[in-house]
Amino acid sequence: MSARVLAVAALTVAGVALAQTNTVDEIAKYRAALQDGNPAELWEARGEGLWKTARGPKQVTFEKCDLGLGPGVVKGAYAQLPRYFPDADRVMDLETRLVYCMVTQQGYTLADAKKQPFGDGNEKKSDIEALVAYVTSESRGIKMNIANTHPKEQEAYRIGEKMFFFRGGTHDFSCATCHGEDGKRIRLQDLPNLTSKDGAQKAYTTWPAYRVSQGELRTFQWRLFDCFRQQRFPALEFTSDGSIALTMFLARNANGAAFDAPAIKR
Amino acid sequence: MPDPMRIRANVTGDTTEVRVLMSHEMETGQRKDAAGKVIPGWFIQNVTATHNSKTVLMAQWGPAVSKNPFLSFKFKGGAKGDKIQITWVDNRGEKRTDEALIA
Amino acid sequence: MLLSGCASPPSDAEVNAKALAVLKASFAARGQAGLDRLDQDETQKACTTYAGKVPDKAVTDRIEKINFESIRWPADGKFLGNWQNGEKIAQEGRGKQFSDDPAGPVGANCYACHQLTPQEVSYGTIGPSLYQFAKVRGYGADIQKYAYGKIWNADAYNACSNMPRFGHSNILTEAQVKDVTALLMDPNSPVNK
Repeated sequence: MSARVLAVAALTVAGVALAQTNTVDEIAKYRAALQDGNPAELWEARGEGLWKTARGPKQVTFEKCDLGLGPGVVKGAYAQLPRYFPDADRVMDLETRLVYCMVTQQGYTLADAKKQPFGDGNEKKSDIEALVAYVTSESRGIKMNIANTHPKEQEAYRIGEKMFFFRGGTHDFSCATCHGEDGKRIRLQDLPNLTSKDGAQKAYTTWPAYRVSQGELRTFQWRLFDCFRQQRFPALEFTSDGSIALTMFLARNANGAAFDAPAIKR
Repeated sequence: MPDPMRIRANVTGDTTEVRVLMSHEMETGQRKDAAGKVIPGWFIQNVTATHNSKTVLMAQWGPAVSKNPFLSFKFKGGAKGDKIQITWVDNRGEKRTDEALIA
Repeated sequence: MLLSGCASPPSDAEVNAKALAVLKASFAARGQAGLDRLDQDETQKACTTYAGKVPDKAVTDRIEKINFESIRWPADGKFLGNWQNGEKIAQEGRGKQFSDDPAGPVGANCYACHQLTPQEVSYGTIGPSLYQFAKVRGYGADIQKYAYGKIWNADAYNACSNMPRFGHSNILTEAQVKDVTALLMDPNSPVNK
């Protein structure tokens, strides 16, 4: 019967040789080739399962968890995060809100809820990454719309902006060192200029993403954590106020652009 | 228990296109851990696809296939609502079978 | 809890103070990266204030002066080491991250931002191309001293430079700074071919 098989068309293979010329085009082609079979979908499926599964000491699902648009409403929620939540009296991003629901509704301790924010690239997978994949996939195509009207939201935005320009560590790096100008790159990796509207929109709307080089779906919390690692800073704490403020700054700068993730990156 | 596959199958004219995402480590057996010890190979070896219980694809895979592999293939025939079933077996003997209906 | 009870938004100074407190509370020491990495010296503090813009003349002069005066020139008066070692240091991206082995290696990762030798095509563009660095500037002692000083402390020549202060901040040893200087200055270095 194998004669009826026309073609085994594509196997996703990590790592491509990048030509010096037209690097941007080549990377774009590479991403396009992978988009059809983005393994992020595996995380989305697992996350959807987790969302609907009774979990924790109290054995409840996430279906009463309010991401800002009402209990259990997932559609479009990510496009309006971070936001101020009166019940917690705090500005929260998605990851922080998921942890909040795990603690207040499912009965986990805070430490347990935050235990595995990121997968280790091998067998230890992160439920948070899967939940984020699912929730963010439900905002695909929806325009980013961070209100930034509550005084605490405005304060978070301004703190995030200050953090973006904070120079420190052994190397004097700030976020702006690499992400403050158009058309720059590290080695052959293009760098978005996050101080421009266009740059912030393109970068923010394509996270979370499946990183082919790591075989993991990575969230925006991970993105910031790993940037600071490379900045030679200490470890950014998962769901810290600083991580939320910086996310607020970048998410708000991406307002108006259609959300387009989970994406796939090298 | 391995994570489920994502299977999509669409028929256009007389050809059905099947796209499958599998969740698997696909460890090559060539890498070393931080301590310099070889990480044992762990990868899918056999993939079988059936259309209404009739085999339409058999593949033998090795460690060169990436983590979380994506497989896309076409076969002649198939109609909306027909059942596509995919099975993989890895070198540890673990297996996973999932199915989807042709749309 | 707002920064002030009245309707006007908090001042820049108030936000600055709050941002610093939030930032310091948002990191944890890990590996070789302690929380002291968030303690800014005068240069870092001044450059942070200008948020990516060029500081005014008085500030620029002050930053360049204090950084220039702090440069530790080589005791033996020789600026050039071994360019082959310099090339290895220029390629080495590891060092000082909390995920790096504190025992080393530590490199300068020059290629992350600069073009140097024509053989290496994977180079970044945050800094200018340094290909033919000495061929166009000359091989003299004054240029050698400039190259050494610039690698030791970039802010001595260009306040709020994007470039790390490799000698000043103890990223590279004096011998490593000499090796990288040789990569730029040695007539036999592929940089000058």
